[in-house]
Amino acid sequence: MRLLKLVPEDTNIKFLKWRVPFYVVSILLIIASWGLVFTNGLNYGVDFAGGQEVRLTFEEMEEAPIGDLRDRVAALGYGEPVVQRFGADNEVSIRVRLPEEAEGVPGAATEIGNQVIATIEDAYEGVRRDGNDTVSGKVASEFRATALEALIFAMLAIALYIWIRFEWQFGIGALFALFHDVSLTLGMFALFQLEFSLQIIAAILAIIGYSLNDTIVVYDRIRENLKKYRKMPIPELLDLSVNETLARTVMTSLTLLVALLPLLLFGPASLFGLTAAITLGIFVGTYSSVYMAAPILIWLGVSSDSFVPRESVVDAQERKARGEA
Amino acid sequence: MLDFPRWKKIWLWGITAIAILAAIPSLASLTDTDWPDALPSPTVNLGLDLAGGSHILLEADQSQVSQQRLENMEEAVRNALGDAEPAIRIGDISTADGRLSFMLDDPSRIDAAREAILPLMNGTGLVSEWNLEVVDGNRMVLTQTESGLQDAITLAMDSATDVVRRRIDSLGTREPTILRQGDDRIVVQVPGLTDPEELKELLGQTARLEFKLLDTQALQTEIAQGIARPGSELVPGAPGGDYEGAVLAVKRLGGVRGDSLTSAQQTFDAQTNEPAVSITFDSQGTQRFARLTTENVNQQFAIILDGQVLSAPVIREPILSGTSQISGGFTVRTATQLAISLNSGALPVDLTVVEERTVGPDLGAESIRSGTIAMGIGSLLVILLMVAAYGRFGIYATGALFINVLMILGIMAVLNTTLTLPGIAGFVLTIGAAVDANVLIYERIREERKRGRRVIAAVENGYKEASRAIYDANITNFIAGVLLFLFGSGPVRGFAVVLIIGLFTSVFTGVVLTRMWVAGWLRKARPSDINV
Repeated sequence: MRLLKLVPEDTNIKFLKWRVPFYVVSILLIIASWGLVFTNGLNYGVDFAGGQEVRLTFEEMEEAPIGDLRDRVAALGYGEPVVQRFGADNEVSIRVRLPEEAEGVPGAATEIGNQVIATIEDAYEGVRRDGNDTVSGKVASEFRATALEALIFAMLAIALYIWIRFEWQFGIGALFALFHDVSLTLGMFALFQLEFSLQIIAAILAIIGYSLNDTIVVYDRIRENLKKYRKMPIPELLDLSVNETLARTVMTSLTLLVALLPLLLFGPASLFGLTAAITLGIFVGTYSSVYMAAPILIWLGVSSDSFVPRESVVDAQERKARGEA
Repeated sequence: MLDFPRWKKIWLWGITAIAILAAIPSLASLTDTDWPDALPSPTVNLGLDLAGGSHILLEADQSQVSQQRLENMEEAVRNALGDAEPAIRIGDISTADGRLSFMLDDPSRIDAAREAILPLMNGTGLVSEWNLEVVDGNRMVLTQTESGLQDAITLAMDSATDVVRRRIDSLGTREPTILRQGDDRIVVQVPGLTDPEELKELLGQTARLEFKLLDTQALQTEIAQGIARPGSELVPGAPGGDYEGAVLAVKRLGGVRGDSLTSAQQTFDAQTNEPAVSITFDSQGTQRFARLTTENVNQQFAIILDGQVLSAPVIREPILSGTSQISGGFTVRTATQLAISLNSGALPVDLTVVEERTVGPDLGAESIRSGTIAMGIGSLLVILLMVAAYGRFGIYATGALFINVLMILGIMAVLNTTLTLPGIAGFVLTIGAAVDANVLIYERIREERKRGRRVIAAVENGYKEASRAIYDANITNFIAGVLLFLFGSGPVRGFAVVLIIGLFTSVFTGVVLTRMWVAGWLRKARPSDINV
């Protein structure tokens, strides 16, 4: 039986030849992403914005009357509601922000939610309540703070681990690649105004883990080759390492994609954001392992000597004692 | 590497078998298959987002605890100084800014006053709970120590949690989870409850019942201006009660509190036939209520619930029996609720709902169904890809994948963790990522073969050289997973749980088990070439 070879044997693609333009583009993309995050803002879901979200299914209709719902809920006077299709055509989620003065007032959020549901149930038959989330402003701001802490701690802890296991250049390289992945994912969410919730934070941490997986595989090979080919110029050695691990990189990205795509297409609507973010992250993470994590090592001055055991203090003293240079 | 001693094989298969056996009850319950009760059945809990139900996060108002303590202290100080021989008179009492301060009419009695107060300052614990200062020779200031206040808050939260539990139990809901969270929060999770209105109303009611005498000397003009005379306070009327919209002046001290009740019951008022709540005091409460009613015949006293006047009947005759009836604009529903609340005891602090998530039962079932289908298709595609790319070795990876999924489920069941909706995504992600270990190993074996190594050496090197990257990658993933678990909440934690357990099982199945299988095959078949 002939086995499937996704990548031809002995590839010799000059990945790093274009490292400068790729880096310039990537850095511009990172800047653009943060620009978008700060100008467009993230479309915070109820977790981070606080407020009330109601999910309804219109059992007797083919398609939920989104426009009409928006008007009816807006007429209640709690500002412009966010009404989105959620899953099938007749399923919607309706989000209302809590008015400032309702903050901390017991039952205020519930009261608003009840009004929203009552208004809709008066107007339509066969409305099924699928769920309801209420988050107070205080809890929402705590969620924002802990999410940010989780991301920062995760990146730093991982960079530290890589530094200990490899060398400092590798730690910085991995951190930069992760920063690139997180930035671009946030940028996408800001650009397309996809709902940004606690689940997306979970997705970003999963992306961090996955992207790092890739980076480590490449780095491990670089380290091995640095010890093996001590005279090879670094750019050439990096290219060799990336090419040697290319078959694995492609195969793993593919298995992840085929596992996730059915979930994206047929899975529960509530998991769409999470799955979409991870799927996107697989592309970004694979790219960053090759084009961000590897070339940075050249500029950080990695060389074969990085892995030569350093002379210990005792050895140095003995050498001096013997009168050697 | 071909050398797999028998004990090692037994050991590995043993672990595998136990983990898979542990998964069977969960599989049975997820597919609604009957599982005999007689057998041990560790099952994965379904999160509320899958099972349907309500999650409610309650927050206590900490400042109330401090205020309550100050007021209790004030009463204790007054009694202690009043009981001294001769009584020590004080004035200008204030409980503002979190401290109790008052002035002695006779500064020369300061030492006697200190003597009387000192025993009140230490509670049950070893920590000192109050600080006493004397300012200007005649003013005494009692401040709460941080540790004293913290103890009081912890105590209040513990008792609030008990009260919450009793109230929820009275609703007869099944298997509620009630947990303290952080300093001042309580999480309530009730599976299967999809209309939490009644529950929230019940938990939102502090049920602090007080009987206080009306301050008959208060002037209506002062009340209208919001001024209370010293020793009095203003209390608004409860909506729907006799005094809706009005404000009454009542005496702050000398009343009876509802915490000395033995039981409360919903009933109907004999005269008006309106819904009411009848209450029975315990012996101490009976005594105090008897004294209050005996000393104040023909006066009015206000029945105050959570800071609002329900009614203010006139005391016609002393009530010595220790029973009383509360009315004031109740419906049968609200009266029943109040009875439940009173029976479960008053909450020592007000609780506010700061987060609520409710999921209908249909949505959860639908999510499990579509999630499982997606997982099935995903697994199938991964298997096809692996077998197409690595042949026999791909089949080993497939076996590892199956065992992996079952092991995760089994371990989750034994650890009694919760499967949530994001947890399903965690399974899918694990399925996609777990084969990475196999991919790394097999690609390495290919390389080693290409470099001309013999079969056994190539396989041996493949496992050895690839494992470094595999372990590093899994450890960093573990770091990310643990941080997600620590910082995440609710459903997101379920995702982290699956990922973390999946890391361990992936290494076990993808590296250790496949190695045993590959070794077994190589020993038996002794192939001169392998197709990988």
